[in-house]
Amino acid sequence: MTTSNAFKIDSDLQAELGANQYLTFFLGGEEYGVNILKVQEIKGWTDVTPMPNTPDPVLGVINLRGTVVPIVELRSYFNLPKAARGATTVIIVVKVEDGRGGTRTLGMVVDSVSEVHNIPGDEIQPPPIGEENDRGVIEGLATVGERMIILLDIDDLMINGVLGLARKTAEIHE
Amino acid sequence: MSMDLSEFLDVFLEECFEGLEVMESGLLNLDAGTDLEEVNTIFRAAHSIKGGSAAFGFNHISEFTHVMETLLDQLRSGKRPVDQGSVDLLLASVDVLREMVEGLKTDEAPDDDRVAGLRKKLEAVIASELESGEASPEPAGTCRDTESPGSEGPVRHWRIRLVPGKEMFREGNDPLALIRELKKLGELTVETRADGLPALAGLDPASCHLSWEARLTTAAGEDEIREIFAWLGEEAVVEIASGEASGHGREAQAGPEEAVTEPAAPASDVESKGTGTPPPVPEPESPPEPGKPATKKANGLKAVKSPANRESGSIRVSIEKVDLLINLVGELVITQSMLNQVGADILQEGGPRAEALLNGLAQLERNTRELQENVLQIRMLPISFAFNRFPRLVRDISNSLGKKVELVLTGEQTEVDKTVLEKIGDPLVHLVRNALDHGLETPEARRAAGKAEQGRLELSAQHESGNIVIRISDDGAGLNREKILRKAIEKGLVSEKDELSDERIDNLIFQPGFSTADKVSDLSGRGVGMDVVKRNINDLGGTVNIHSEPGKGSTVTIRLPLTLAILDGQLARVGGETYILPLISIVESLQIKPGNAKSVTGCGEVYRFRGEYIPIIRLDRLFGVRGATEDLYKGLLVVVETEGRHTGLFVDALLGQQQVVIKSLETNYRQLEGVSGATILGDGQVALILDIPGLVQLFHRQIHRPAELAAVS
Repeated sequence: MTTSNAFKIDSDLQAELGANQYLTFFLGGEEYGVNILKVQEIKGWTDVTPMPNTPDPVLGVINLRGTVVPIVELRSYFNLPKAARGATTVIIVVKVEDGRGGTRTLGMVVDSVSEVHNIPGDEIQPPPIGEENDRGVIEGLATVGERMIILLDIDDLMINGVLGLARKTAEIHE
Repeated sequence: MSMDLSEFLDVFLEECFEGLEVMESGLLNLDAGTDLEEVNTIFRAAHSIKGGSAAFGFNHISEFTHVMETLLDQLRSGKRPVDQGSVDLLLASVDVLREMVEGLKTDEAPDDDRVAGLRKKLEAVIASELESGEASPEPAGTCRDTESPGSEGPVRHWRIRLVPGKEMFREGNDPLALIRELKKLGELTVETRADGLPALAGLDPASCHLSWEARLTTAAGEDEIREIFAWLGEEAVVEIASGEASGHGREAQAGPEEAVTEPAAPASDVESKGTGTPPPVPEPESPPEPGKPATKKANGLKAVKSPANRESGSIRVSIEKVDLLINLVGELVITQSMLNQVGADILQEGGPRAEALLNGLAQLERNTRELQENVLQIRMLPISFAFNRFPRLVRDISNSLGKKVELVLTGEQTEVDKTVLEKIGDPLVHLVRNALDHGLETPEARRAAGKAEQGRLELSAQHESGNIVIRISDDGAGLNREKILRKAIEKGLVSEKDELSDERIDNLIFQPGFSTADKVSDLSGRGVGMDVVKRNINDLGGTVNIHSEPGKGSTVTIRLPLTLAILDGQLARVGGETYILPLISIVESLQIKPGNAKSVTGCGEVYRFRGEYIPIIRLDRLFGVRGATEDLYKGLLVVVETEGRHTGLFVDALLGQQQVVIKSLETNYRQLEGVSGATILGDGQVALILDIPGLVQLFHRQIHRPAELAAVS
């Protein structure tokens, strides 16, 4: 009992602190952000074991300390031109909710990570309709300084977009 | 002292199911020959269920069991001969009782009418044709109703000595309640003995230091008195001696003789532990050594409640804990093989400590392997858990079909993983039903064919090269190949021109929607079955095939991995990738001889293997791997078998065999066609484990027509 309570307090505290924090990264010159609470870790590029007959953005799987984790090429997902892996290329490992009470761990390849921004909810604008990249996975747009940041709904992107699993729409915005 | 019983409910339910199984198998044995000890076993199982359910307040169960118990008691005391009628009735009662117990889990009330109907029948049998008429059942629900021989005997004096042992209170027993029960039997005087009482400083108030001596004058028999103490723990010593003429005393002691075979702790040890000091043994006029046999009997009663638990010293552990342990050991195995690779590199570099490191690593490898084997062993259960239901099933089905069947079970102690065991149950039931329904003939047909009227159905299990092999064979009519072939052509599964081997024809019955039964019966013949059986077995990573001889019978052979956690794999290289092929499906690996491989329009490439043309699957093309060997004569062909047919997988090279820990891809991704899972190799890389049946299906879909290659020969 006590441990789960402690855990709850801990996660509440985390939620309070991290709710508005976004990890941003670069992809084809644009800056994207994901809610930092979804991010499990950032790791350097490693060789990926390809899986047969999977959609192009799914590069394959890696061994993350004994867990088999699928890796998604975000450039390919957004139809961006391919780029060579550089020194800054990293895999952001995210833990997403599958809408059925479970979670899944996936990695996404990005050009480079940028920084962590504090973006209050009222500063996020809804994505303009008809946007070229709009696949329903964009949570909104935010401006930090002079830069625009595209905030991704990573649950939706991974579960619906990549895995193709049905998900209750009500849970998308948290 | 009220206790929250709910936490014991699970244990109670489990014990109920165990008891029901004991009853069922015991009742089935009664068919063959009657041993009164067998009836006793059934009786005791029923009694435990009754007592337990009464303690939890499930009166409908305890009342029903009580009626069963009364009939069982008549049987065990020999007042009523064991006949088919009562056995059938008791079996039906076991079914109802099982439903009632299951109903406790699901909160569903069982069908009252059926329960009441069955109860009436039981009561009618109990009341019927007992010359003495002495067994008129007492009101149900009371706890001391099991009349035993001599219970109606003359009024006798008994001396009862009760040393309950220190644990009595912790076991939830109350001495006062026991004494009150005794008092119900007749006239009672009780003396409390406090000589075992320690000094105040050493007194543990939760332990029982007292013992009692009672004199009872009653018409009740020894069994009835003993039953009051049936719930006492193992430590308890109960001595009951008849204080009457020696003739009676011997009679009373005749009982314990039966129970002497039951394992029990030496009485003297228990006594001295129980009281602290050697207790004065009051035994006036009793036969020699009354303490020993009496104690044994008391323990005997207890031993029946949980013989397995006590003898093997087993504990109940939740499966999650075991699985967690297995996972952790899996990680350890991977880490260990990583270390081994690093060790090999270091040895090449040389250095003074390299040798020592390598020795340590070898030791680690040995220990890890042993640890893994033993941990996996925890999940292993004897296949008898799956076989147990068949005596009943075969009996019921053969009765309803009017067939005579002898069921032979062998290798029941063969051990297999719990998950495999759970999932193999339904396919086995289906195959057994099929054999009874379609395989074995009616007695008339058998006589006409010159066979014994009684058919034979054999279920066997054994370990064969790291797999478990289950065979279901009957000596029935065998498969009707003409009919199967006709049906298969009708369904478009094969074409008329095809020349199929007998084995291929036989195994066509595992195709979806295939049934040659002329009419749909209750049991089988709906054509949904054999393909489901096959799919279930394939899902477990196993294979199934059937071998049949017309007029002589059929044998279905199921081959399964012992566990789903690890797999014996063959590592193969294709381009830059490493794949793992399950060893279970590999028939042979060979180099293609020039001239033996041909390209056939619409079928891709074929290879002549043992006189049969088999399709060649180029893994690199199927999986889109770059940089693999193109020339068929330079690589290797791994011939695999699935669904009774052979297929060649073309790979660049074979890398070695090893046990791999299976990781599901579905945890974080989803199922992939042709891939059953993944594993982590010694170098830390992920390798995919191939699902051979899925791979073959994927291949056949890709070339858009079934590769019926016999046609091209």
